[in-house]
Amino acid sequence: MVTVEGLTKEFPGGVRALDGLNLSIMDGEFFALLGPSGCGKTTLLRTIAGLESPTSGAVRIGDRDVTPLAPGARNVAMVFQDYALFPHMTVRENIAYPLKIKRQPRGEREARAGEIGGQLGLAGLMPRRPAELSGGQQQRVALARAVACRPSVFLFDEPLSNLDARLRLEARTFLKRLQRELAVTTVFVTHDQAEALALADRIAVMDAGQIRQIGTAREVFRRPSTTFVANFIGSTPMNLLSGEVRGDGIAVAGGTVPRPDGLSDGEPVTVGIRPEYLPVLTSAQHGALSGEVSIVEHLGTSSLVTVEIDGELVAGTVAEGDEPDTGTRVWLRPVPGRVLIYRVGDGTLVS
Amino acid sequence: MSLAKAVVARILTYVGIALATGFFALPLLWLLSAPFDDSPSYGVHWPSHLTLHNFAALGHNPYAFGSLVNSVLLGAGTMLLVVVVAALAAYALSRVRIPGRDALLYGLLLLSSVITGTAAMVPIFLLIFQLGLIDSRFGVVLVLSGGLLPAAIFLLKDFIDTIPRSYEESARVFGATPLQILRHIVVPVARPGLATIAVWTVVQVWGSFLTPFILLRDPDKQPAAVLVRTFYTEGGSPNLALISTFSLLYSIPVVLMYLFAWSRYGFRFHGGIKS
Repeated sequence: MVTVEGLTKEFPGGVRALDGLNLSIMDGEFFALLGPSGCGKTTLLRTIAGLESPTSGAVRIGDRDVTPLAPGARNVAMVFQDYALFPHMTVRENIAYPLKIKRQPRGEREARAGEIGGQLGLAGLMPRRPAELSGGQQQRVALARAVACRPSVFLFDEPLSNLDARLRLEARTFLKRLQRELAVTTVFVTHDQAEALALADRIAVMDAGQIRQIGTAREVFRRPSTTFVANFIGSTPMNLLSGEVRGDGIAVAGGTVPRPDGLSDGEPVTVGIRPEYLPVLTSAQHGALSGEVSIVEHLGTSSLVTVEIDGELVAGTVAEGDEPDTGTRVWLRPVPGRVLIYRVGDGTLVS
Repeated sequence: MSLAKAVVARILTYVGIALATGFFALPLLWLLSAPFDDSPSYGVHWPSHLTLHNFAALGHNPYAFGSLVNSVLLGAGTMLLVVVVAALAAYALSRVRIPGRDALLYGLLLLSSVITGTAAMVPIFLLIFQLGLIDSRFGVVLVLSGGLLPAAIFLLKDFIDTIPRSYEESARVFGATPLQILRHIVVPVARPGLATIAVWTVVQVWGSFLTPFILLRDPDKQPAAVLVRTFYTEGGSPNLALISTFSLLYSIPVVLMYLFAWSRYGFRFHGGIKS
């Protein structure tokens, strides 16, 4: 288990990269730190690794307080964004390097390097140098090297960002399977919400050195706790529309959505609806939002339809083949139970 | 622009290039032909009587062979000192944040041209005299190193800056100590840069005249660059036969070293894996 308590990191010059973070990661969990660039996610990962020392707070791995320990004494393995393979060493030497540092005899470490390389599909590449490998192969060598030192925690810094789009999907599946097989606690950093949703058991969404929400991929996607998270998660941005509580509903963009408890009459709110839960209809519906089609974008199995409603742009989706023409009048009716209401002041979810 | 004009322009360009090539090739051709001529002159021509007599004559000079050994000693000593000190200093300067670091580097670089320059020779002589290092090869190595180090540190720091930090951080997470990181990662990755600095240092020392001339008294310790000065005939005119023969022998080690270092390491000034 990895625990972070009240972790604060202030860089010289007064930049606060981490601001009193608390976090605990279960044994064997695949955990994502997700956020836009500059949110402190990489600093957090490096602080867990020991490459940065915190200004205050503590990092525990298992029941050991590792805050004062050097990186090498923490029994973690890190895979860097650029993989950091040593260019003058062969694949075999790279994988065996952690064992060399641990002073294992040459025969033993070469055997282990060969065994792990075989597991990760590198058997034929052992005598090559990193410069002679493709990006995907380099990534697997970096993983093999991390596996070789039998750590209690894996730390991955943007493990997939250096691969091209198609290879990334392959590597993603590979990574998830590897983590399941090894069952080692893994923390990884990413700015790609799709990657986090696909890989992680749980996700911490970070912004400005703080954690905005921690939850399973499902929770974070279904019920983002703030408008920031709502905006960040999802491959198409969520519609965030201003509305007002009126009677037994919320008036938004000419339509009405159901009202949750805990709101007073006339209170302004932000209504969040994902385009995927906002089907585009060609006939009038009670309570639906209505406007003119402005843009249609093809996404493959569905199309994203941007509708202009009283000067505001709202995105909805329609199944492939049913796209309306631009300029036609359409109706958008939110899927029941998928409408999220946020308070205007602090942007928190009204449950 | 007519065709004729273009042709004339092209011809003039080639004539210019040929003249420049000739200008730089002549001394080299002289160096290759004069040692094998029994009566060399300042002109470049095929030896009238091909002979190896000049090499035999050089063998009779009591200092000729020794001076080449001295040059090697001075070159190797300075190279070792410069490479080791510059590598450590450049690594530290590249990785540690010090306020005013760049100002320090540029200041050093500026001063270095003064240190081995003629202007500072008197104070340097006095300094070495006070240290009791007059007529000692070690003293010469120290002064030459002092002059070469700033530029070497400057060049090497630029090289080490291009080596990604993640290499070292990765090794640190595996538990490597700073010395292990230096030995296993930084030095091997920086090897082409270190080779460049080493060759550059030897070439500088090989050709340096003033410092060894002033600091060494004993003719047994003088390097080749200083010895050439003594090759005169009884009549006081330069002994071209000896000078050309000695110059040829004098240039061969540097060329060999250059070829060796180039084939072994290549000279490049960036680290990391090209992507």
